[in-house]
Formats: sequence, C-alpha cells, structure tokens
Amino acid sequence: MTQTMFDKLWQRHVVAGDDGEPQLLYIDLQLLHEVTSPQAFEGLRENHRKVHSPERTFATLDHNVPTEDIFNVKDAISRKQIETLRANTKEFGIRFADVGSDEQGIVHVIGPELGLTQPGMTIVCGDSHTATHGAFGSIGFGIGTSEVEHVLATQTIWQTKPKTMGVHVHGKLPHGVYAKDIILGLIAREGVAFGTGYAIEYYGDTIEALSMEERMSICNMTIEGGAKYGSIRPDQTTFDYVRGRKYAPKNMDAAIADWQTLYTDSEDDFDRVIDFDVTTLAPIVSWGTNPGMAVPVDHPFPEIQNDDDKKAYNYIGLKPGQTAEQIPIEFAFFGSCTNGRLSDLKVAANVLKGHHIAPGVTALVVPGSRSVKNAAEKLGLDQIFKDAGCDWREPGCSACLGMNPDQVPAGVHCASTTNRNFEGRQGVGARTHLASPAMVAYAAINGHFVDIRKVAD
Amino acid sequence: MKPIGQITSTVVAVMDDNIDTDQLVPKQAIKDTTRKNYGDVLFSNRRYLEDGRLNPEFVLNDFKHEGAQILITGHNFGYGSSWEHAVWALRDYGFQAVIAKNFNDIFYMNCINNGVLPVKLADEQCDQLASLPADQPVTIDLPQQTVTFAGQTAQFEINAFWKDRLVKGIDDIEATETFDNAIKKFEQRRVEE
Ligand code: SF4
Repeated sequence: MTQTMFDKLWQRHVVAGDDGEPQLLYIDLQLLHEVTSPQAFEGLRENHRKVHSPERTFATLDHNVPTEDIFNVKDAISRKQIETLRANTKEFGIRFADVGSDEQGIVHVIGPELGLTQPGMTIVCGDSHTATHGAFGSIGFGIGTSEVEHVLATQTIWQTKPKTMGVHVHGKLPHGVYAKDIILGLIAREGVAFGTGYAIEYYGDTIEALSMEERMSICNMTIEGGAKYGSIRPDQTTFDYVRGRKYAPKNMDAAIADWQTLYTDSEDDFDRVIDFDVTTLAPIVSWGTNPGMAVPVDHPFPEIQNDDDKKAYNYIGLKPGQTAEQIPIEFAFFGSCTNGRLSDLKVAANVLKGHHIAPGVTALVVPGSRSVKNAAEKLGLDQIFKDAGCDWREPGCSACLGMNPDQVPAGVHCASTTNRNFEGRQGVGARTHLASPAMVAYAAINGHFVDIRKVAD
Repeated sequence: MKPIGQITSTVVAVMDDNIDTDQLVPKQAIKDTTRKNYGDVLFSNRRYLEDGRLNPEFVLNDFKHEGAQILITGHNFGYGSSWEHAVWALRDYGFQAVIAKNFNDIFYMNCINNGVLPVKLADEQCDQLASLPADQPVTIDLPQQTVTFAGQTAQFEINAFWKDRLVKGIDDIEATETFDNAIKKFEQRRVEE
C-alpha cells in the first residue's frame, strides 16, 4: 500500500491504539515556553509526577521578554512567568535557554537553529505555530497545556489521525513575490478554515526551490488556514541545513538514508489535493482582522459581504474599494517566528539600505533569536536598520502579540511581517497588516504600501 | 475531571464565525501561572467597556441569559492560538458545553481535555438554537449523543474514545500510565533500530 509522508511518520510513532481511533503517539521532542507551561508543571507537582524524558525536552523564553533591555523585566506578571519557567526547568532537569544565552529566542526559530528539529520526528509545543517544524519533514503540531503536561509525564499524546491534503505549489515566483505571499495568497483564496481536520503537505517545483527559512514561513502559517500540521518533504536543502548543527544526528548519512524513505509515494494518497500556481501571484497585504482577509497589493479591498467583514472594516478603519497603497502606515514591525530569521532581515535591510523610514513611522526590528541577532550584526545589518531610523532590538516575540512592552498603539496601522492580524493582537486597537518583509520595508520608507514589483531591483 | 452525562440548561448565542482565542481571553490573562479563575476575563474585550463597566450591548451581560451553561456559536470556533486559557475561561464562566457549526482542531482537543463538551451541529440547527427564547432549556445527552430543543432531537458525532473519557471523567495521564509497558517497549525498539 502506498502512503503519504504524514502517514508514514504517524505510523512510526504509534505506541498503542487502532487505526481510525485516537492513537497514542510517541513524541520525540517537546519545546516549551513560559506562557503555556506553568500550569503543566504545577499539575505534575500536584500529582507527584516526574518528567518522563527531560532529554527530549527543551525550554526557552520568548513571549514575555522585553526586547529593549532583555534583562530588565519591569512587568511583575511577566517576570513571574519567566521566573516560573526558570525554576521549573531547574527542578525537573530540563535544558533551558535563559535570557542572555546564545540559544535563547522564539521557540520556533531556535528549534531548527539548534538542530533539535529534524526530519522524521514528532514535535510538539504549547503553541499553535509549532506547524513551523513540519518544514523539515516532521510532524509538528501545537497543543494545549493539558497536553503539554501529558507529554511531560508520559512522552506520548493521544491524537486522532487527521486526513491529509496535498498542496501542489508550482511555477516560478515573480520578482518581488516571496514565500510569505504564497501562504498569504493561499489562505486568502481558500479561507481561514480550509485546513481544518487536515494535515497539509506542500510540494512542487516552487517549494523545492525554496530555502529552509522560506519553507518554515509557509509551514508556520499553515495554522492560519486551520490546519494543525504543515509539512514539506526533506531534501538536500533540508539535509544541508541540519548538518553540523549542535543537536544534529551524529551519523548524518545514516539519518539521511532513513529520512529519504519517508516520502509520499503518490499524489493519489492524499485525501484532497489543491493546486496553487504562483506564476501570476502578486505581493499580498491583509486588510482585515484575520489572515484570510487579504488581497493582492494592486487589488481593491472587497465589498462587505457579511457581518464579519463589517466588523473587520469597522475595526481597521478602512473602506471597500480602497487599496493597500492608501493605508496610512505609522508602524512597521520586522520579526516573529514567521519572518524573524536572518534571510528575512537581509531582505529588509537590502531594501532599507541608504533610505530612511518616513517621518512619523516607528519601526522595530526584532531578530527571532540571539543567534540571528549575532549573525545579523556580523553582517552589519543592525547598522543599516539604525541608519534607516529603525529600532534594533533583543530577540523575542515582541510586537507579534503585544504581551510584552512592545505594542502597536490603538488606531495605528502597522505593516507587519507576522502571522496574525486579529483584533488587538499587536496591542489594544492596533491595526495589523500582514505582508512580506520586503513589502513591510518599502511601506516603512513610504508611509504606505507600494507595489514592489514596480520598484524593487 | 467531572463525568458528563446530561446537561440541561438555557443557552446564550454569540454567532460570529472565526471567534479566535484572542477574543476569548485577553493577553493579560494568559500571563497568569495558575489554572483557575478565568471566568471574569472571558470575551473581556466585548464584555467590558473601556472604563471597566459591563457593556450592556454584549449578550453575555443580558440578565435574561444569566446562568446559561451552553454557548451557541458559528464556524471555526476557537481559531488561533493553542492557549488552553480560552477553554478555562469558558469553563470558569460556567459553560459546560459549546455547540458550534464547527471547531478549530486544537481548540476541540482543549475542550475535551477540560471537560467542556464540544458539540458540532449543522448550520441550521445552530441558527435555530441561537434564536430560542432566553428561558427555553436545551438538553444535551452525551451518552445518547443528542441535543433536544424546541420539540426536536438532533444527533451529534463524537469519537467513541473521547466520549468514553468524558462520560467517565477519566484522568488522561493516569489512563496513559497504564500503557507504561508499551511506551517502554517502543523506546527500546527505537534504540535497537
Ligand atoms: S513570534 Fe508570534 S506567533 Fe511566533 S511564537 Fe511568538 S507570539 Fe507566537
């Protein structure tokens, strides 16, 4: 019988349970952060349980850390969450990337960077963007805190196997169009729930030509399309990325030989296949309050079709028929687990070099991890950003979710490289517009979005 | 966890589609380190006015719906983050069940894991439930997998495995610990390969 990569990966990890029923899956790696783990550790303590496999667990700080002065957490509640994780990891013997450590950063950035994330694995984290790790040909998915506790205690989790969906992405990406536009364009076309109940695999010549970082941006936002899992089969690009990283397999050749047996046998094995041609794809900008409310940069915003649209227009302060060029941008945010990696910062810096952001615009540049920050500084990117008038910050989630001091003020339109434009996501009343790093960089310079296909070199 | 059998209660409806976890609980609330007392923050951006007073326009604040233990809602409920706080808030507010047109996958599991019964019904049935008079009770029978309202009975699907857990109120981890040997064997096989 032929199978998809997802089926093969799943089968490999089943500890108990019959096909078609919830099955007990073995988890190879659990990543932790400070927000969704305290209650899980509390539960362990209350029931006198230990962590089953501390060596399969890794913790970092990201959501709460202040990016201006990372050591000085002024907010008492944030500080408590941070200190709680510090104490919990110590008590239970779990590896921990504390602030200041070379390994600290956004959980979905550091996992791959450290080589913790590998093809063939099952990876969980109390965070919906765990789908990111699927870019390596693994099963990565977000879980709730009860499940975090369950995995800590047993290294397993009960899950119902989802259906599988193949997304065939093909064609050459036009000039000025990026991986971010693929996923935004797909969600804009298919809606924010098209993936509910499915595990998605992206494939096709477009995907094969992408770097690991670009592949991660796509898998990362799979959850915005409703699917818990997004994956891409591992190939030479994947192997080259993993090789030599701190926690990469010792015997890479044997590992690669094994990973290559995991491929989807045939397109027919997917329960559903959708086709996405990128040859005419344009840069995408979100106008509303979910990532599906997005249009090509040169298209007018849609007419109001339902209450959702009405509510969204009300909140965002725009009107049907306007275009992205008419959004008055006063804030630009570069960062997050979607676009806070070195290649993203390079793209943005390349645009900003020799320019200055528009008067009245505030721009934050927040590297996804300490190692991204160090690498960027080595290349002198920090200076380019500062010369352009941007704030160069310490690694963390920052204004992606406005849970730390970095927030977009109420009523302000923010061009953002992040993944969610929900009401209040970047701060109370903040108006988020999702786009690629290049688009956000041009928006920062101009004070509004521009069609970068016409200006970019 | 408390076993769930029958739930009989009036309902309250928030019929928007795509109600995301950011709407269900504000960020400030998820900074807590405990599992308790999230009831006050549920829907807080809509429930409270800027000055902290209750927003009289929001349906949860309508005294007619006081004590309703069943929430009726639209498509893709619980979309967004994996924050279980969203379910804790529903539970602590007093909701024992949510009837939706459909649920986000992660959120659905979070409901199961906290004994808040997720019930998916057809669009028309949800819309009908939403328009019931405020004082009209609805009965959800988990063992029978039915929702009875306004003289009719609708059937709903739930996986037998999850249902069994909810009906018996089984502690997840304790149940999995009985698979200890299988887990050990799995790990051993891994090492040998
Ligand atoms: S960067 Fe944003 S989306 Fe990613 S983990 Fe942090 S808060 Fe979540």
